[in-house]
Amino acid sequence: MSTAPRPATPMARQILEHRSLLQRAYALPGEVFFPLLFVLLGGLAATVGIGFLVVAGYLDGRWYDIRDLGNGTSHFRYWAQQQGLPPSVAYLTTALLGGIGILSLVGGWLVIGSWVERRLIAKFQIRQGPNRNGLFGLLQPIADALKLIQKEVLIPVGADRLLFFLPPILIFLPAMLGWAPIPWAAKMSYVDMNVGVVYAIAISSLGVLAVFLAGWSSNNHYALLGAMRTVAMMVSYEIPISLSLLGVVLFTGSLQLSQIVVWQQTYHIWMVILLPFAAFAFLFASTAEINRTPNDIGEAESEIVAGFHTEYSGMKAGLFLAVELGNAILVGAMMSTVFFGGYSFFGLETWIPGYLILATKIGAVYFVFVWLRGTLPRFRLDQLMSFAWKFLIPLSIIQLLVVSVESLVIAQSDLPGLATVGGSVVVNLVLTYFGVRAWANAIGYAPNEMASPPIMTNGVGGLRAAEQIRAGR
Amino acid sequence: MTTSHNPTNAAATEPYVLNIGPQHPSTHGVFRLRVVMDGEVIRDLDMIVGYLHRSMEKLAEERTYTQNIPFTDRADYLAAMSNNLGVCLAVERLAGVEVPERASYLRVIFAELQRIASHAMANGTLVSDAGAWQTPLLYMFREREKILDLFEMTCGARLTTNYMRIGGVSFDPPPEFWPALQELMDEMPTRIDEYASLVQDSEIFLARTRNVGVISAADAINGSLVGPALRGSGVPWDLRKAEPYCVYDRMNFEVPVGRHGDVYDRFMVRLEETRQSVEIIKQAMAQIPDGPHKTDIPLALRPPVGEVYGRVEGPRGELGFYLVSDGTPAPYRFHIRAPSLINLSLLREMAVGVSLPDAVVALGSLDIVVGDIDR
Repeated sequence: MSTAPRPATPMARQILEHRSLLQRAYALPGEVFFPLLFVLLGGLAATVGIGFLVVAGYLDGRWYDIRDLGNGTSHFRYWAQQQGLPPSVAYLTTALLGGIGILSLVGGWLVIGSWVERRLIAKFQIRQGPNRNGLFGLLQPIADALKLIQKEVLIPVGADRLLFFLPPILIFLPAMLGWAPIPWAAKMSYVDMNVGVVYAIAISSLGVLAVFLAGWSSNNHYALLGAMRTVAMMVSYEIPISLSLLGVVLFTGSLQLSQIVVWQQTYHIWMVILLPFAAFAFLFASTAEINRTPNDIGEAESEIVAGFHTEYSGMKAGLFLAVELGNAILVGAMMSTVFFGGYSFFGLETWIPGYLILATKIGAVYFVFVWLRGTLPRFRLDQLMSFAWKFLIPLSIIQLLVVSVESLVIAQSDLPGLATVGGSVVVNLVLTYFGVRAWANAIGYAPNEMASPPIMTNGVGGLRAAEQIRAGR
Repeated sequence: MTTSHNPTNAAATEPYVLNIGPQHPSTHGVFRLRVVMDGEVIRDLDMIVGYLHRSMEKLAEERTYTQNIPFTDRADYLAAMSNNLGVCLAVERLAGVEVPERASYLRVIFAELQRIASHAMANGTLVSDAGAWQTPLLYMFREREKILDLFEMTCGARLTTNYMRIGGVSFDPPPEFWPALQELMDEMPTRIDEYASLVQDSEIFLARTRNVGVISAADAINGSLVGPALRGSGVPWDLRKAEPYCVYDRMNFEVPVGRHGDVYDRFMVRLEETRQSVEIIKQAMAQIPDGPHKTDIPLALRPPVGEVYGRVEGPRGELGFYLVSDGTPAPYRFHIRAPSLINLSLLREMAVGVSLPDAVVALGSLDIVVGDIDR
């Protein structure tokens, strides 16, 4: 060293002393701990509270099994009618109570969900995430909401004011209505309708109207592009969703979501094992439906800024974001109910309330969504379209044919369920594996040829050298 | 401008104009694209630059050669060290200043560190442009932060370093610098493998970048493309090999060139170049001699009347400084040949006729820095 050494700066000393950013970032597993605590304490409080009401005789004077609350809203309706209220009033009150129930449920999920997503993504990205507001940043969603509420809502010049006003409200409706048929435990759902699957599909396609209105009324090219993309995608991915759910319906023989869960309970098997391709198609198509990575082309930030809600500000933008999150959780609920055994967990549901099991499963599916978002790049619109039409839909139709034969065998054969259902599992697994491979080969998909590293050279030169290198390849 | 009016198509469409920028997530600064689009397909494209123009070349004519070095920090603000090096080499050649050997090695080390930092940024933003929710970007920022901390340790600044001087470098690194650099270089290869495993074989990334924004070798040469963009098209042209400056002739390294000339090749060339940079730094650390880190030059350096074009291989390609001296302490003309501006001129060839997402990825693969374009 020729010159006198300069003392290291404080920052430099800090670097030398604390090398492992990774170690520091992973020191506190708050995002594992707090959702679990939320679910457990919430469930405990609900269980104890309802149990107290039941034991004290406030709930219609009868002893209830805590896990078997029955259809909560209809019980209230019967009770109200017994009290002599006119049916219309009883019905309206019931609907209002159910609505408040759903709203508070989804609201709670939104608060905890946005925090979980931000913290988890931060961990994926070797960051800290929000950790200033409250313990572990738990109050961050509330701070975000307050900020959004106090912000001014701008209406762009040339926007269609009525149509610009409506979409944030309209898009909120299906996100709420979709929760109605989900069974939270045996006989515990808002409306246990006998066409639950059809209802879910119908409700999920309502959101596209609001999206298109938002894109059209904003008077902005980015918004219009985002709306067109979203509409094209939603219309395409409705079909794989319906086809994959149809496979489940063929097996269970019922459109009622609670019956689908009961079927899985009876045979001690989850639909995801019986129908792996349908589960994948449902998950992938759902990411397209609800605009999440890798299919978030409707609001692709690097291309069209924020897509259909580019022009929205303040709490209107906040509503779009909240609905996006709420839809992810709703899809998680649908997915766990249809493919992952719903509120049942191989007998555990006799010991633990079913809604806790379902909440845990929803959390798991939501974690997968967050994981995908933290990992994958985005598809292009034409790639997504061709994936739906050339891959998902044909294979889903083939699968539907196979499933219809299998379901006939299960329903009509005298063999025990273990043999027929187990045989179907094996057949479906084998067919899925070879079918997907064969179809991918047939449409000319060869990713291994694409990933080629660059050529390392030692010389320099111009066009002739380039041609030589290319020829020598 | 072509319209897509197709008589057989009942739903006739008409093109519309979309302004991408100056404020847009994927323009990497204040840079504007005026795009004529037909649905999702780009029919025509104008690049409008100048939102970050700071009149550096004119301002430089009023200042001495040493006073001009900080301007180059702000030109390409992601590669300040390389810019410092370029202008210092040009002035030294113009004035005939000898550089001590230790200073040359230090210059190589810092220029290569800057290349790693800059390529990390370029590749990270490219993957973000392809739609990844900033995870690869932040992975690549991890080592960039450590490099910037090394810069801070040495010269007190992280981005606008102003480190090189005419006739050497401003400071010898402190003793803590060398173990920290050694540790960083030891862990760098595994870190680069981490980025690669996250992105390189990702099928979505491949689908988005393979055969997108293809530039043939001939087109690249005709368009004066430089740097990783040129090498991505398969042309093995690297000034560190072709016209070695500092002590690059004593270093053993290879030049990666792409196979197809598409976005993926440019990404991979940058990734490989970071690996090669690590090798160069390791060799320089082993070879660096003791001695002075700068020579004394007059405060108001008066180079003889004449002109010089000094060039270095910056992270974005050939970075040239054309200086004209009239014998006074201030340059008569101070021109920067900015790689970003000239690379950008090929965006039109890549973007017209493809859809908007492809154009965004192609723009990201050129790795423009708006400060470098506008100056």
